[in-house]
Amino acid sequence: MMRAFSALLARDLKLAARVGGSGALSLVFFLMIVVLVPFALGPDLNLLSRIGPAILWLSAVLATLIGLDRLFQSDEEDGSLDLMTGAAVPLEVVVLAKVLASWLTTGLPLALASPLFGLLVALSPKAMAATALTLALGTPALSFIGAVGAALTATIRRGGLILAIIVLPLMIPTLIFGVSAAEAALGGTVPFTTPLTVLAALSLIAAVVGTLAAAAALRWSE
Amino acid sequence: MRLIVENLACRRSGRRIFSRLSFSLGPGEAMMITGRNGAGKSSLLTLLSGRLKPDAGTIRAEGIGEATLPERLHVVGHRDGLKSALTASENLEFARDLLGHPAASPKAALEALGLPHVARLPVGYLSAGQRRRVALARLLVCRRPLWLLDEPTAALDLASQGVLAAMMGRHRAEGGLVVAATHQALGLEDASELRIEPPPPEEAVTAEEWA
Repeated sequence: MMRAFSALLARDLKLAARVGGSGALSLVFFLMIVVLVPFALGPDLNLLSRIGPAILWLSAVLATLIGLDRLFQSDEEDGSLDLMTGAAVPLEVVVLAKVLASWLTTGLPLALASPLFGLLVALSPKAMAATALTLALGTPALSFIGAVGAALTATIRRGGLILAIIVLPLMIPTLIFGVSAAEAALGGTVPFTTPLTVLAALSLIAAVVGTLAAAAALRWSE
Repeated sequence: MRLIVENLACRRSGRRIFSRLSFSLGPGEAMMITGRNGAGKSSLLTLLSGRLKPDAGTIRAEGIGEATLPERLHVVGHRDGLKSALTASENLEFARDLLGHPAASPKAALEALGLPHVARLPVGYLSAGQRRRVALARLLVCRRPLWLLDEPTAALDLASQGVLAAMMGRHRAEGGLVVAATHQALGLEDASELRIEPPPPEEAVTAEEWA
């Protein structure tokens, strides 16, 4: 089972590196939103640093949606998905490997790049660290929730719009707890760990529910 | 293994494609599925591969132990399951690791198909016939008893058709099963033929039935 899992993971990482595509695109999209917001709001550094974590989180949620529609669709189009349903492992393992690869190429780079982008919205070093940590813990939830929508829309040619409509409402709890954890680190009545543990729990729940739901959606696609 | 299909019916998007298909295949046997365009040849193969649920009837396999039927079969169809950005040997290595039961090495499989020189080329650079041959090489890298081939000779030149016929002959000699949907003779000796006939016209569907 591990052999099939690592083969899938290695293949998707290799494809992401060779085709370029969604990973780099979502990072650029993330950068674009973060760069544009200070221009729209004006040069009020206090305001920017106060809403900075929220801007970064909002950009991360939107950037995750980029390229999400291709997660299963590209495999559905060229018949690789038929190969995967005949694999010696359950479809859930296939989904887990593919979502993990997708998170490593979109979610993790967003979290790692966020301190740099935090400079653009005048975050203090402490806020940068807190935002990066919450993004690292929260983006797996976004990837797994997105996988359910991607599996449901795998056979629809222009599924990107309907995918966004399906998954965005489900991403709201992650957004709320991500931003509140980042803001709790900067002071306030709630201790930092409370929203952070809720955020980690959301990621774990999404990993289980998302994997099962996406696999069921792929089986049921015909 | 033995494949037994009883009273199979297929319905797609509400339209009946075929019904009451029954056949059984034992070790070393082959079957050609023929019929006009749109008769349901590919649908039958999709049903057998487990990607589509039958409207009625059963598909059983005997002698495969605890494995399910989709885990014991190979599919080569119109969608070849190859990634254009990966090289031919990377595609085959992935298939071998994913499907299990490794047999020939990717290099040996490509040589058997007459393509040793494309092993390091991305599949996107290959012609339609070469892609089809890389997809057929997948049959050799993993050992699975049932081969489902959908128009396997499409885009193949005469020499490659001969190679494919020899491959199928060897597979059957080892006790394998071949089910091929085709319009042409494939060089399958003493293969049975299943001709899918159009279904009898359906009684008019009323609005109540759809509700």
